[in-house]
Amino acid sequence: MKKTIIKILLGVSIIVSLVSCREDETIFLSSDVSVAAPRSDGKIEGFYLLNEGNMGMNRASIDIFNYRTGNYTTDVYSERNPTVVKELGDVGNDIQIYGNKVYAVINVSNKVEVLEKWTAKRIKKIDIPNCRYVTFYKDKAYVSSYAGPVAIDPNAEIGFVAEIDTTSLEIKRKVNVGYQPEQMVIHNGKLYVANSGGYRVPNYDRTVSVIDLETFTEIKKIDVGINLYGMQIDSRGDIYVSSRGDYYNTPSNLFVIDTNTDEKKMQLDLPVLGMCMVEDLLYFYSVQWSYLTNSNKITYGIFDTKTKKVISDKIITDGTDKKIMIPYGLQVNPETKEIYITDAQNYVVTGYIYCFTPDGKLKWKTTAGNIPAHIAFITKN
Amino acid sequence: MYNLKKTFLAAFLVFVPFLLHSQAATDSSRVLKEVILKGKPYQEVIPVQSLSGVLLQNLASHNVADALRYFAGTQIKDYGGVGGLKTVDVRNMGTHHVGVFYDGIQLGNAQNGVTDLGKYSLDDMESLTMYNGQKSEIFQSAKDFASASAIYMKTKRPVFSGSKKTNLLVRYKTMSINYHDPSFRWEQKLSDKVSMSVSSEYIKSNGQYKFRYKRKNQDGSTAYDTTSTRWNSDIEALRFESGVYGQLNKGSWDAKVYYYDSERGAPGAIVENKFSDGFRQFDKNFFAQANLVKDVSEKYKLQLKGKFAYDYTHYIARDTTTVLDETVTEGAQSDDSYFQQETYFSAVNMYSILPTWDVSLSTDFQYNKLNATRRGIQTQFSFPQRYTALVSLASSYRYEGFKVLGNVLATRVIEEVKYNAKAPNKTEFTPALFLGYTPFKKYDFNLRAFAKRIFRMPTFNDLYYTMVGSSTLRPEYMNQYDVGFTYNIPAGKYFFDKFSIQADAYYTNTKDKIVAAPTGNLFRWMMTNMGQVKGKGVETVVNMGKNIDKINLSANLTYTYSQSQDFTKFAGLELSSYGDQIPYTPWHSGSGILNAGYEFWNFNYSFIYVGKRYNGNVNNIKVNEVQPWYTHDLAVQKSFTFNTFKLNGSVEVNNAFNQNYEVIYNYPMPGRTFKFIISIEL
Repeated sequence: MKKTIIKILLGVSIIVSLVSCREDETIFLSSDVSVAAPRSDGKIEGFYLLNEGNMGMNRASIDIFNYRTGNYTTDVYSERNPTVVKELGDVGNDIQIYGNKVYAVINVSNKVEVLEKWTAKRIKKIDIPNCRYVTFYKDKAYVSSYAGPVAIDPNAEIGFVAEIDTTSLEIKRKVNVGYQPEQMVIHNGKLYVANSGGYRVPNYDRTVSVIDLETFTEIKKIDVGINLYGMQIDSRGDIYVSSRGDYYNTPSNLFVIDTNTDEKKMQLDLPVLGMCMVEDLLYFYSVQWSYLTNSNKITYGIFDTKTKKVISDKIITDGTDKKIMIPYGLQVNPETKEIYITDAQNYVVTGYIYCFTPDGKLKWKTTAGNIPAHIAFITKN
Repeated sequence: MYNLKKTFLAAFLVFVPFLLHSQAATDSSRVLKEVILKGKPYQEVIPVQSLSGVLLQNLASHNVADALRYFAGTQIKDYGGVGGLKTVDVRNMGTHHVGVFYDGIQLGNAQNGVTDLGKYSLDDMESLTMYNGQKSEIFQSAKDFASASAIYMKTKRPVFSGSKKTNLLVRYKTMSINYHDPSFRWEQKLSDKVSMSVSSEYIKSNGQYKFRYKRKNQDGSTAYDTTSTRWNSDIEALRFESGVYGQLNKGSWDAKVYYYDSERGAPGAIVENKFSDGFRQFDKNFFAQANLVKDVSEKYKLQLKGKFAYDYTHYIARDTTTVLDETVTEGAQSDDSYFQQETYFSAVNMYSILPTWDVSLSTDFQYNKLNATRRGIQTQFSFPQRYTALVSLASSYRYEGFKVLGNVLATRVIEEVKYNAKAPNKTEFTPALFLGYTPFKKYDFNLRAFAKRIFRMPTFNDLYYTMVGSSTLRPEYMNQYDVGFTYNIPAGKYFFDKFSIQADAYYTNTKDKIVAAPTGNLFRWMMTNMGQVKGKGVETVVNMGKNIDKINLSANLTYTYSQSQDFTKFAGLELSSYGDQIPYTPWHSGSGILNAGYEFWNFNYSFIYVGKRYNGNVNNIKVNEVQPWYTHDLAVQKSFTFNTFKLNGSVEVNNAFNQNYEVIYNYPMPGRTFKFIISIEL
C-alpha cells in the first residue's frame, strides 16, 4: 500500500513540475530603433511623445525621438523612474515642456507628473483629479480639470482650472470654469478655456471661459459652439477654437475669437479635431464618424491664419494617408517644418508615428505605444 | 437483472465521469436515480465534463465560477475579490456564446449578455456540467440548442433516507479575511410524491485583502515592492431559494423561486496613484420557474417549461477627493438603475418513430424588456423590448455502433424601442450535426465529431448604449467543428479501478465578432468589433480512481492547448495586432484535482495552471505579456456522526503558496486565504 501511495505522489509531483514557472517581473524596458539620419543643425534636440494608453490598462508611456542620433526610443519612463510603483499611470492626456521641466498630464491617475527635461526623471507628482490639459504663463502652470464641486445630479459639476507655481510645484489657486474644460490659451493676462460639456450629452457646453489671471476669476463666458475642444492662438491674437460637434447632426467646426473684443468673430465651417500652429499656418485634421455609413471620414488641411483661407486640403501628399487608420496626434517641428502624425489604430492596439517632409512625403514610420498622441519638442536652452 | 445492473453501472460511469469512484451510499443511489430519469444519453456523441457529489463539495471553491475553472477549455475572467465579477468563456469564443442554465432553464441577461457566475453558490449545487456544442439529447427546449457551449447548474433535490421526512442542514463559513457566511437548507417530504426544499444563505465580507506589486531592476535589485489593501471589494448578499418537486405517473414536475439581493463594491483597475475607487453596485434578482416532464405514451414525451425573471441593478459611481481643501468629484459620475424583465415559455415534444429513431420539436418564446433611470444623463434611453421565438427540429438515430444527432434551429427576433433607432428584425436558421461511432463492441471506446453553426444576438447594451451602442450591429456568428474520443477502461482491469480519457480537437471561426471589454469601470463596457477570429485547440481530460484498502483515491486532470487569432481589419487595413492571439487566451492551461477519502476523512488537493497570455492591449509583445499563474488549493474535511445528526468540519486553503497573480491585468487576486466551514445535518 505504501508503495502505491508513493507511486501516486511521484506521478503527481512529475505533473506539477512539468509546468513552467513565473519569472520575477522586471521594470518595463525601453527599446531603441534607428529611424532617421542623425542631424546636428537647429536648436531642437528631439521630442517626447506621450502615449495615452487605454483606460484601465495603466499603460500611458513616454517615447523619445533624438534628432542627434536619429533614434526613436519607446517607453523610457519605467527605466528612468524604476521606483515609481505602477509606472507612469493610466491615460496620458497632455505633455508640455516649460523651462527645464516636462509636465505630463495623466488623466485617470489624477496627477500631473513633473519630470526633468533632459533625464525624464520624476521631480514631483501633483495630484489633480480628472486633469486634462496644461498651459503656462510667467511662473505659473494652468491645468484644466473635469473635476468639480459635487452636485446632486451626476455630471452636473462644472470643472476648474488649477494654478500651479512652477518653482514649488504646489497648487496655489483654482477657479471654476464651464463643464468639462479642455484646452486653453493665454493672451494679454487672460486665460481662455474651451468648455466641452462632454459628460452632458446632448446638452453640451458651448462657451469659452475668460479668466483674469490677476484676480483668477472668470470675467466672461463667450458663446461659441457646442462641445469645444482644441485651442490655438495666432500672432495677431486670434484664437482658433475647434468644436467636436455632436457626432450626429452638428458637424465638427472651427471658430475664431477676437481677443480684442473677447467675442466670436468667425465660424469657418471646417471640420477640425486636432491642430497645430506654426507661424501663420494652422495644420489640422478631422475624423468624423458617420452613423449613416458606419465609417470614419478623415480629412486633412492647412489653413492660412493671415488670409483666413484654407490653402491646402492635404498635409500628406504621397498617399500614405490611406494607411493611417485614425490620425490622433499632429505636430509640426517649428524649425524644420517636418510633420508628425500619429495613428491610434483602434485605440486598443499599438499605434504608429509617421514623420513627413515639409511637403508631405513619408520620411519614416515606426511603432510607438498604445494611443500615441501628444508631442513636446525638446529645445536647447 | 444482471444486465440491468450493468447498464446502470455503465450509464453511471458515462454520465457522471468525474464522480468519485466510491462514495456514501446515499450519494450514488441518488445519482443512479437521475440516470434512470434521463433515458437514452448521448454522452459519447458530445464532449461533456461534469463535477458533482463529494468532489464538488470538497473542491475548496467559493462559487460556481471557481469550480468551472477545473474544466478543460474554460477560462474564467475574474476581476478578483469577493464581490468581483466572474464570467466564463469556453473555447475562447466569448462569454456571450456560453449558455448558462439553472435547473434546466437559461439564465438570461438581455442587457449585457453576461452572467456573473460569482453570484452562484456551490452550497446547494448537486452538479455542474459543461457541454461543447449543446447538451447531449434532443428532448430539450430550443434554448438548449441555441448556444455554442452550455453549462448546466443543477441544484440538489431532496432525498430522504429510510423513513425520514425532514432533512435540515445548518452551515457556517468564515475566512482568514473578514467573511461570514451562515446558511441553511431544509428539506421536507410533503407526501409520497411531493417534496420541497428551502435554502438560504447570507454573506457579509469587507472583502479587504492584501495584494502586492513588485518589479525588479535588470541587475536583480528591487525597483519597487509594495503591498496594499484591496478596497471596495466588500459584499453583503442574501440568497433565498425554494423548490417543490413532484412525481407523476410516468413523469415529474418541479417549480422553484429564487431571490438574490446584494450590495457590493465593484473594485476597479489598480493604476498608478489610484489604488481605490468607490463604484457601488446593488442587485436584486428574482425568478420563478417551473418544469413538467411526462411520457404521454410509449412513444410520445412532452416537456413544458416556464419562467419569469426580474432583475434590478443600481450602479453608483461618485468618488470624491479634495483640491485646496475643497471636495470635488474624481472621475466620471453615474447613478443608474436598470430594470429587466424576462418571460419565457417552452414546449418540447419528442416522438419515437422507432426504438432507434427519435424526433423532437421544441418551440420557445421569450420576451425581454429593459427599463432604466439614469440620473444626470440627458439622452433618451431607448427602452428596448425584444420578442424572440425559437423553433428547433431535431432528430437522433442509432444504427449499431453509429449514432447521429442533428437539428435545425430557427430564430426570429423582433425588437421594439420607445426612443432612438431600433435594430431591424432578424430571422436566422442555424444547423448542427453530431456523429458518434463505437467501433469495437469489446471496448468502451467512442469516436465523435460535430459541426455547429450558431449566432448570438447583440445585447441591448451593444445596440442601444448611449454613444457606444449601434442599432445596426449584426449578430455574431460562430462556426464550431470538433472531433474527439472517449475511452473508458473497464473497472479493475489494470492498476486503476477506474480510468477514462477523453480528448477533443476543435476549430472555431467567429465572424462579425462583437467584443465587449470592460474599461476602468467594471460596469461600463467598451465596444470593439473585432471582426474575425479563428481558433483551434485540443482539450484532454483524464479521470482515475483507485481503492487501496479503505482509502479511495480519485484524480481528474485536464490539459488545454488553445490558439485564437485575431484577423480583424479596420477600414480595410490590418491592425498592428493582425494575426495575434486574442487577449487573455493562454496557449497552455490545465488543472488537477486529487481527492482521497478515508473513513470519515476527506482530503482534496486542486491545482490550476494558466500559462502565458497577453492582456487587453492585444499585441503579442513583451510589454503586454501577463505572467502564468498557478494556484494550489487544499481542503481537509472530517465528519462526525452522533445519534441522529452529523457534524462536518472543513479547513480549506486557497492559493497555498501565496502567489500574487492577476487573471485580468490590474485586477489583483487574493493571496493565501484560509476558510473554515462547519455544518450540522439533522
